[in-house]
Amino acid sequence: MSSLSSPYPLVRLLAALFILAFAPPGYPDEGKLEESIGHLGSSSRQEIIASVEALRQLGDHRALPALEALLDRRLRVTKAGRILIKLKTGHGMIDAVTGVVIAQQLDGLDIPVINNQVRIVLSQTIANLRLASPDAEVRLAAAEELLLHPQEEATSALRAAIDREKTTKVRRALALALALTEVAGANKERRLAALDIIGQSDNPNFIVNLKPLLAKQASGEFQEPDEQVRQAARSALSAIERHMVVVGVMQNLFYGLSLGSVLLLVALGLAITFGLMEVINMAHGEMLMLGAYSTYIIQGIFKAHFPDQFAWYLVASIPTAFIVSGVVGMILERSIIRYLYGRPLETLLATWGISLLLIQTVRLIFGAQNVEVSNPPWLSGGWELMPGLMLTYNRIAIICFGLGVVLLVWLFLNRSPLGLQVRAVTQNRAMAAALGIYTSRVDTWTFGLGSGIAGLAGVALSQIGNVGPELGQSYIVDSFMVVVLGGVGKLAGTIWGATGLGVINKFLEPFTGAVLGKIMVLVFIILFIQKRPQGIFALKGRMAEG
Amino acid sequence: MLSQLARLHTRRAWIYILSLTILAVLVIPVLNRAVPKDSVFYLPDYLISLCGKFLCYALVALAMDMIWGFSGILSLGQGVFFSLGGYAMGMHLMRVMAGEGVYRSQLPDFMVFLDWKELPWYWLGFNHFWFTVLIIILVPGLLALIIGFFAFRSRIKGVYFSIITQAMTFALMLFFFRNETGFGGNNGLTDFKRILGFSLQEPAVKVGLYIISALVLLISYLLCRYITMSKLGRVLAGIRDAESRIMFSGYNTLHYKLFVFTLAAVLSGVAGALYVPQVGIINPSEMQPANSIEMAIWVAVGGRGTLVGAVIGAGLVNAAKSWFTVAFPNLWLYFLGVMFIGTTLFLPRGVVGLAAILAKKKLTGRDSLQMIDSE
Repeated sequence: MSSLSSPYPLVRLLAALFILAFAPPGYPDEGKLEESIGHLGSSSRQEIIASVEALRQLGDHRALPALEALLDRRLRVTKAGRILIKLKTGHGMIDAVTGVVIAQQLDGLDIPVINNQVRIVLSQTIANLRLASPDAEVRLAAAEELLLHPQEEATSALRAAIDREKTTKVRRALALALALTEVAGANKERRLAALDIIGQSDNPNFIVNLKPLLAKQASGEFQEPDEQVRQAARSALSAIERHMVVVGVMQNLFYGLSLGSVLLLVALGLAITFGLMEVINMAHGEMLMLGAYSTYIIQGIFKAHFPDQFAWYLVASIPTAFIVSGVVGMILERSIIRYLYGRPLETLLATWGISLLLIQTVRLIFGAQNVEVSNPPWLSGGWELMPGLMLTYNRIAIICFGLGVVLLVWLFLNRSPLGLQVRAVTQNRAMAAALGIYTSRVDTWTFGLGSGIAGLAGVALSQIGNVGPELGQSYIVDSFMVVVLGGVGKLAGTIWGATGLGVINKFLEPFTGAVLGKIMVLVFIILFIQKRPQGIFALKGRMAEG
Repeated sequence: MLSQLARLHTRRAWIYILSLTILAVLVIPVLNRAVPKDSVFYLPDYLISLCGKFLCYALVALAMDMIWGFSGILSLGQGVFFSLGGYAMGMHLMRVMAGEGVYRSQLPDFMVFLDWKELPWYWLGFNHFWFTVLIIILVPGLLALIIGFFAFRSRIKGVYFSIITQAMTFALMLFFFRNETGFGGNNGLTDFKRILGFSLQEPAVKVGLYIISALVLLISYLLCRYITMSKLGRVLAGIRDAESRIMFSGYNTLHYKLFVFTLAAVLSGVAGALYVPQVGIINPSEMQPANSIEMAIWVAVGGRGTLVGAVIGAGLVNAAKSWFTVAFPNLWLYFLGVMFIGTTLFLPRGVVGLAAILAKKKLTGRDSLQMIDSE
């Protein structure tokens, strides 16, 4: 009872109360626990090892803080032999036995010295005790720690823990950890069962553990003499590899879909304006860039003025980007593009000039370097669908955002009066004008809408890529290809073109590299146009020649 | 033959052309080589290189005018053909200096750097000059033929063709940026030593290259002029103005378009090949889509469909660029952008058109815009 012999009567009293109040009746070895913890501060390493072993035998998780502190060199011993734990944060200390917080500064504390031998025993003991912890999170963490660094000594503790365990997730992790230690063991039955469990785990990290079982020695003999074990290892390996292929495909699909959604947002506006006015807007990429920079500015405003609501800056930047890009687009249409009507090639060059002006302006204001736009906290992290497959929230959000915008555009085009006029002008400009539609006004609004959608794409892009003056340039070629592939004036064509291109790009990348992938996509598009010059969803009948 | 040639221009125009040629081929070199360096009339060496560069640009502009100005096909891939010709010449220059690089290896320096042991097959033969000339003409021509065949066959035209060629430019640029491609990656080919045995550092050799560029430009101009004056040229203009009418008249427009696209590609390739020894470097940034679009604005500034305009435009825009990028580097892009917008909005006929308007005004004093339009 070394700790109770401390010179602080109040602490003594509290400690006694603490033990009375919190010690459940199921721990008859109360004294032993305290005694062993007390010996952790010994100056003899043999004694420390002995007490760590004793704590392992006790299996009481309450010894964990002290043991962890010892490993991290946070354990302190007073002159009187009382054991204190320095907290990880701040300068406070707590008593290792009683858990009482000690506020005053204590002088003359010793740090118990440990060597590697102690450290090994210590980490094993900590793992064992964590497995016995009442907190499921701690048990899971312990199991995962054992997966990374299997310990043969933990086998019995693991078995006991599996028997005790009620949470399925933890139980599975524990079983896997046990399997990993048993694979190297001597018992054949257990080895086979272990290989089966490993095979079911789908975790590619275990390939390292399986490969040696199938390796051959220099003489051509298998390192593993048992044929049955080899067989089991082989099937486990192939199960994991099969799973990896599935994960790879899913991963590519997911990345392709998110890239496709960005392309979709970029190409949507382009396709609408192209369909309506037969104008290729080379400055469309710069609308994207303006949207991304609006996000950056809104982020700065929130940082400076509403730091409490910072997480919501992205929501605020969506309408801002739409309006900024949309208004710039409308100004361009009113001031330049409308005068070039009927001269599509000249429009292409003029809009290229506009894009140069916009790029240089942004470069002069914000500098040529990329600016930083951070993910809000609710978009950081991801959702682990299955082992090895992480779907990041920002990409999920982009896919949803893309779908939402497409839905809104569809509603606009098909359910609103202005949308009706847009469709009418797209189909037959002269006839629409004759029927009293102000075609030039429709042009302006539609151009604004297309540019605004590009601004929204800029918001989306700011969450997954760099924001710099040349942001738009890197996406514009791809989005032109979407328009070419999807055909003009059909929403469905743009959707299929964009997602198709995104997915194809991502699937080709691992095999051919990004560059050859791009070239192959281009060749594919050129060949595709041979078959269907009007895109995937060609307008049929009389409209086709319009 | 000679009489045919003489018919290409009026007597007055021939005098202009002849005097310009004498100025470029005789007077300028003499001002550089024979005039003492402290004289006011002395032309420094760097100006000769600059003029040589401009002549190459003018050749590309000529090609651009053939395809865009006369045939109405806005190809945004001329920069690629230009670079391909340039790369072919660069490969030749690398091969003839084998063993004189930094590593004293038979391979080009960048291959030694990448630890390549053997020359890739597509580098074979470039030690011969005749082979290089063949490649300079064949590779851009064949590429244009293939792309043009697939594009024109499926009636891709207008902006569709522009963005397809732009995508091609983009993809090929990425392709040449890769080290594995074997064209020097993003550093490209540089540090050339000599051409046909002449040191490229010699001022006299630079003057020689400049004169050759001027002569090639003259010959190409006459060739283009000949084509545009012929029946073939009329069909091309017809395709530009009303393609379906030409088709209904029984012409297969595919052949005409293919011809002019291939011709433009070959001319651009030759321009690139002349450009590289004078500038001393070729790298993938020459293939940037922006460069190809800039070539269109040279033609637009000078005046489309006039050939002379293309040459003038290339000179004007590049002179402005040389001056701006030194004097106001931040404002150059503004100027370029305004030029793109301004010429398309207010100067659809370019400088040549403007000059014609002014000349007519002087003669008749009437509003001559309509007259030019009705020409």
